[in-house]
Amino acid sequence: MAVVEVKNLYKSYADVLAVADMTFSVEKGEILGLIGPNGAGKSSAIKMILDFMKPDAGTVKIFNQPMNELFKDRIGYLPEERGLYKRLTAIELILYLASLKGMDRKVAEERANVLLDRVGMLENKHKKNKEMSKGMGQLIQFIVTVVHEPDLIILDEPFTGLDPIRTESVQAIISDLRGQGKAVILSTHQMNKVEELCDDVLMINKGHTVLYGDIPASRAKFRKHSVRIYSNSQWSDLKGVVETKSHNGFVELMLEPEVSSQQILDQLREQGVDINRFEVTTPSLNEIFLELAGGTS
Amino acid sequence: MNKVILLFKHEFIQAIKKPGYIILTLAIPVLALITIGVVQLFSSLFEPAADELTRVGYVDQVGIFNEYTDLGFIQFIPFVTEDDAIASLLENKINEFILIPPDYYTTVSVQRYTMSREFETPVGKRYAIDNFLTRNILKDKVPPEVIENVLSPLNISVIRLAENGLMADSQNNIGNIIIPGIYAFLLSMALLFGNNSLISGLGEEKESRLIEVLTSSVSVSQMLIGKVLALGAAGLLQVLLWLVSGPLILDLASLTFGGLLANIQIPPNFIFFGVIYFVLGYLLFAVLAVMIGGIVSTAADGHNLSMFYIMAGYIPLWTFGAFISFPEHPIWIMLTIFPITAPTQTMLRLGVSDIPTWQLTASLGVLILSIAIGQFLSVKIFRTFMLMYGKRPRVREIFKALRSS
Repeated sequence: MAVVEVKNLYKSYADVLAVADMTFSVEKGEILGLIGPNGAGKSSAIKMILDFMKPDAGTVKIFNQPMNELFKDRIGYLPEERGLYKRLTAIELILYLASLKGMDRKVAEERANVLLDRVGMLENKHKKNKEMSKGMGQLIQFIVTVVHEPDLIILDEPFTGLDPIRTESVQAIISDLRGQGKAVILSTHQMNKVEELCDDVLMINKGHTVLYGDIPASRAKFRKHSVRIYSNSQWSDLKGVVETKSHNGFVELMLEPEVSSQQILDQLREQGVDINRFEVTTPSLNEIFLELAGGTS
Repeated sequence: MNKVILLFKHEFIQAIKKPGYIILTLAIPVLALITIGVVQLFSSLFEPAADELTRVGYVDQVGIFNEYTDLGFIQFIPFVTEDDAIASLLENKINEFILIPPDYYTTVSVQRYTMSREFETPVGKRYAIDNFLTRNILKDKVPPEVIENVLSPLNISVIRLAENGLMADSQNNIGNIIIPGIYAFLLSMALLFGNNSLISGLGEEKESRLIEVLTSSVSVSQMLIGKVLALGAAGLLQVLLWLVSGPLILDLASLTFGGLLANIQIPPNFIFFGVIYFVLGYLLFAVLAVMIGGIVSTAADGHNLSMFYIMAGYIPLWTFGAFISFPEHPIWIMLTIFPITAPTQTMLRLGVSDIPTWQLTASLGVLILSIAIGQFLSVKIFRTFMLMYGKRPRVREIFKALRSS
């Protein structure tokens, strides 16, 4: 059973089409990466899933039913732009918002302490929110989002403003939540994070879905007939190479259709080239996006 | 329901911990105590002490003012000539003197000579001089009790009759308006505070997007009900604290202001209507604040927009002078029924006259109806526009959204 099922969703504001014919689903224990540039329609899609606004057309089902108030306790939502009650301490804020999710105070405090410890914030739990840095505040909001162990977690740009160590901590918690069978929608424009964390990807541009599916399969689908060579040595012309592109740290060779990557590797060995790394080019999600969005991005 | 209680508890605690709330709550009794203290201080500084004798010289050019020279705290000392009196004044043997000219009977005028800087003769001295002169003029002409009668101020007591010819329940008395007037003022302050707190809270939550986190946990109706009730309870607590401190302040004030406060009467049904109009007035301003909070992006924008109905709510206080002079004018009936001015205007009218039952019924009915319609519209407006940031919707857009929802 899909935790979230979205079918043929449309939304426009005045003359601007925000979401067009969006269809996807997220299962238990699955992370869906919702990616696209700013203004692509990611936040609009999330707000329709949460029933903050109604779609012009299409359906959204949560736990196999239309969204209703009873489901709110089973959902955790981290909005893109974030703020805190400035006069509350971190733990007061977490416990207050956890209570609105129906959590027992004692259980909430135990879980909050575990999460605060995992992100290195335990010693700051009695600090007032107004005294916290932006990154610290963001971690508190992330904890607020997941402390009640919701079945559906929607994270809108969760890594913005976090340092690499805290990004790693948050990533680890998200991975653990997947392991516990939680469904996660991760909206971001940081495509590398989607590659690292997600099972599926939904790529949108100007409201339109440009790619949807399993990440390895999607990348394989866009694999080009080329190889990448990381080497400090020089080599002479290779047979079967149509075009050579130099990048920072590697050279990409575009191959003739009948030439295999093994033949290229053999030629380099024959020339005695010292190779640090040799790989068949598989495009990143960023490259796929650029290719798909093309001039329209 | 449980979530409404949680929201109520959180919002109530946050409201009463706000510095603005604490300052306003304490400011009213503290300001009253300071006023009483200042009046007492000035009285003690500028009034002669009870045991301090004032010596007033007089030059009698009529020739009849020779008795009643000792009035206790003022002693009148005769001088033959004006020069003698001036010499005594310069030597500090007397504090001042008066010259009673030969034509006093026709002019009823005396000259007062003093070395003090003052704009006019202090009331106590004017009374003492008048007393001295009158007693001497009337001596041997009328019995002493007639003299006492002449010197006593006229006391007119007014009995207001009801339409059945019997004494009305509420009698005309300037003291009657004091409690309703103070209550109307405090009510306006409490409504203003509640309105501003609600707009500030909603504005901050919209600016920080906390509104999205809250509405992902509770419904918009639950959130708004929790907030409105919490701020209403905070306002009620504030008014109750003012009312509790009232008797103490009145006791202290009667020592300072004397007789006026002895006439204070609490109009019949005043407490009952005071509570009813506080609750209804608060709810009306709250639903208006929610509407404003829904369509604005920032708290500051909300405060500017709410000024229109806040100012309208103060009309009964601005027109208080005209109301006292012409309490039966039909304009006050209109303000009693118009929902925004109804709470304050009704409280003021209760102190001055009986309000016909039909007017009270109409006033309460319109107020309750306005709150019901306002509540319905405010939830819809808030739900529609709570996610609109950076731009205030036009009136046309609001109507369109209301129609489509």
